[in-house]
Amino acid sequence: MSVNRWKRYADWDERPLRLDKFAAEDPANGFSAFASPADPKPGIGIAGGRVVSLDGVLERDFDMIDRFIARHHIDIDVAPEAMAMDSRQVARMLVDMNVPREELVRLAHGMTPAKLAECVSHLNALEIAFAYSKMRARKTPGNQAHVTNAKDDPLQLAADAATAVAFGFDEIETTMRVSRNAWSNALACAVGAAVGRWGTLFQCSSEEAEELRIGMAGFTSYAETVSVYGTEKSFTDGDDTPWSKAFLAAAYASRGIKMRCTSGAGSELLMGFHEAKSLLYLEARCLCLQRGMGVQGTQNGGIDGAPVTATVPGGFRELMAENLIAVWLDLECASGNDARATESEIRVGAKIMPYLVAGSDLICSGFGSILKYDNSFNPSLLNGEELEDYLVLQRDFEADGGLTPLPEEKAMDLRRRALDALSAVFQELGLADPTEAMKQSVAAASGSDDTQSFMPRDVAFISEAIKERGITLIDVIKALARRGFTEEAENLLHLLKLRLSGDYLQTSAMIRNGRIVSAVNDPNDYLGPGSGYRVSEERRQELNAIRDVLDQKEVLRSEAMHEREEGTRIAYAAAGVARESDDPKDVVIGISPAFGLKLFQTTAGHRLSDVLRELTEAIRARGLLPRIVRFRHTADTSFLGLSAARLAGSGVGIGIQAKGTAVIHQRDRLPHNNLELFSNAPITRLLHYRGLGANAAAYALGEMPEPVVVPQRGEAMGSRYHARTAMIYAIETALTEEGAAPEAVTVTFTGGRS
Amino acid sequence: MSRRRTDYPLAETQPAHVRGPRGLSLEDITLERVLDGSVTMEDLRITPDALVAQGEIARDAGRPTLARNFARAAELVNVPQDVIMQVYELLRPGRARSRQQLLEAARMFREQYGATRIAAFIEEAADTYEERGLFTFRF
Repeated sequence: MSVNRWKRYADWDERPLRLDKFAAEDPANGFSAFASPADPKPGIGIAGGRVVSLDGVLERDFDMIDRFIARHHIDIDVAPEAMAMDSRQVARMLVDMNVPREELVRLAHGMTPAKLAECVSHLNALEIAFAYSKMRARKTPGNQAHVTNAKDDPLQLAADAATAVAFGFDEIETTMRVSRNAWSNALACAVGAAVGRWGTLFQCSSEEAEELRIGMAGFTSYAETVSVYGTEKSFTDGDDTPWSKAFLAAAYASRGIKMRCTSGAGSELLMGFHEAKSLLYLEARCLCLQRGMGVQGTQNGGIDGAPVTATVPGGFRELMAENLIAVWLDLECASGNDARATESEIRVGAKIMPYLVAGSDLICSGFGSILKYDNSFNPSLLNGEELEDYLVLQRDFEADGGLTPLPEEKAMDLRRRALDALSAVFQELGLADPTEAMKQSVAAASGSDDTQSFMPRDVAFISEAIKERGITLIDVIKALARRGFTEEAENLLHLLKLRLSGDYLQTSAMIRNGRIVSAVNDPNDYLGPGSGYRVSEERRQELNAIRDVLDQKEVLRSEAMHEREEGTRIAYAAAGVARESDDPKDVVIGISPAFGLKLFQTTAGHRLSDVLRELTEAIRARGLLPRIVRFRHTADTSFLGLSAARLAGSGVGIGIQAKGTAVIHQRDRLPHNNLELFSNAPITRLLHYRGLGANAAAYALGEMPEPVVVPQRGEAMGSRYHARTAMIYAIETALTEEGAAPEAVTVTFTGGRS
Repeated sequence: MSRRRTDYPLAETQPAHVRGPRGLSLEDITLERVLDGSVTMEDLRITPDALVAQGEIARDAGRPTLARNFARAAELVNVPQDVIMQVYELLRPGRARSRQQLLEAARMFREQYGATRIAAFIEEAADTYEERGLFTFRF
């Protein structure tokens, strides 16, 4: 043999998966998910009321991170007890539904990074997901969207923000292609997100100082790009220290703006300062640090480092483990599922599943509500392209992923309203004057490739003007109100009023139905089945309401449409009880109870008149006589075929259901041991029915023809047709009657060929 | 009396006590009053009192570190934005050239704004930065 390659590998080469690159496990170079020889053993020393050693490092050798954790995170009253516990035992407590969350949170506050990492390392992926579900701080799950576009076009931002809000996202995050466009992006998203309802929190990811200024002008209501790192070198390379970032955290709170930090596996690896430590251990340090800083929450689970983490063995499991440590420490968790870590749709689906089922404060810390190429953060794990897949996953698993299907007409109304509202603001404030044509193109556009609207340079002028003139959200509210957008003006004012009480600064706060929901008033109380978050019947109905759902009424309506048309093409006349024939030329075509009476086309969309014409013509072409008999004792293809064969003088019969499933049978065979079966009706074409008729005739003439093969290319026939098929079949079976006699049918073709 | 988690959310349980820096309550802040100019961004700023209250709630809910952050934040409410940004900048690596510079910032917070927690926090940073060699210029 001269072959040198199994072509299956060539097939695999073409799969999107092969675009993903995988890295060998190499702890010395930082490529290790859970454990590295350089990771310290857990340990703590406490003397004189303070931490004097942490995970094997003595106080005098503490780096900035050690010191911050020792001073601000470790609860020295709990630490001796927590650190003395067997990590395996703690791991079991994490998955024990009888151990309350509060008890585990208390212990975590006395644990060092190495201890936390060691405990979760004992859990497999399923256990981590379960523990996450039990340990996350707020009971009700939520989700966050990215709203950006490739042109920084404010019109599209407004329209896309409005639709993201309608899909149910609790938070919206934007950023820019060009950093000077930050103010325009912020204003546009703020206005768009005020359409339809109020309460979606909004952030504009930009340079630290600029972001805080934008927040103070009222445009944004939270921030999450305050990054922290797990090694000192990465931290200073990121141009910050734990103290500078903690100061910033206090500054945000002092302005009444919600904030969370960002960290995640892989960032130290990408920055080149990993100290040969495992990804999980470094992230455990980040998380202890964040709790010590007093931030209410974190965005973690890889984030920008998710793609590199996904190259390492156990990478996805590690991302889940670090999210678990976050919630175990009692931090709000925006759980990654953000940067697209793979080109494989299967890996995408697998990545999101544990989170969808377990729930999370924000399942994605950036679900790309826009198309991939419009995502200025880079594509997300899930994007505008795949949003409906996610909606269906929610329905499949009866899991609340935070989103709600949005009817097409409503989406268009909201987009138009957002465009009109933003245009009014731009005009009132003298910022720009969008034309009707621009608005039209954006209203319809799926992405910025389809728009004729503002370009980044235009936006720079708008953005600079907002900044230079000191325009605030109050000015925007006034502009909206003056132009009759009272509801949107009120919605924005509600958001600003959140700042007065500071209620939404508490852990895991979001707004639902105009009310604050956080870990304080909606704490996760999971203690086994029947507790914790449950999808209510009302919510279940919302999740179920995806597009294009078929019901029997719909099937009957569609059939009724075809009934009229078939009436002009074919007539079926009942001609008494059908008898057994002894004519060797007699070939019986057994049709099902509803055939041509209630049902008029095959699942492939062929008219039943055309199918019968092909069958009968092919039989006649061999000089035989087709005879049509309607059976009402059965609707099953095999029995239709066998009963037909038993009546046929030739001993050969065809059984065919209205949906197009057919069989060639012979009198003396067992019911399911037929001559030929045509089971894939959705892809069975008229030429196949003609071949079926010809072969039936050939068998009747004692020949051995080549069986008709209906070619299939692996289509998921069941997923495409089974709902409809089951409904159609129920219409057939409803007409069956035990012991009903076969009925001769005279068929007349009254119309032309199609 | 210290607020407890059952007092949360304050906007719902004690709306009359939730007030802006100029004394306007949530009920006072209406669209009409925004339009006639009697409500401005200034009225929509959080107050030290509100942050103290949220800190008490956080502590009662078992979140002492969050409570401490709220306490630091309460001290920063009346610090002008420029000062905040200057000190944030100073806390970044290599910005302060000596421990003394940070200690001066700490004293300013303590003396001008009564921000004792923030001051102590900056002093802690100053000690750490010295030990870790962060007062070196980064090009």
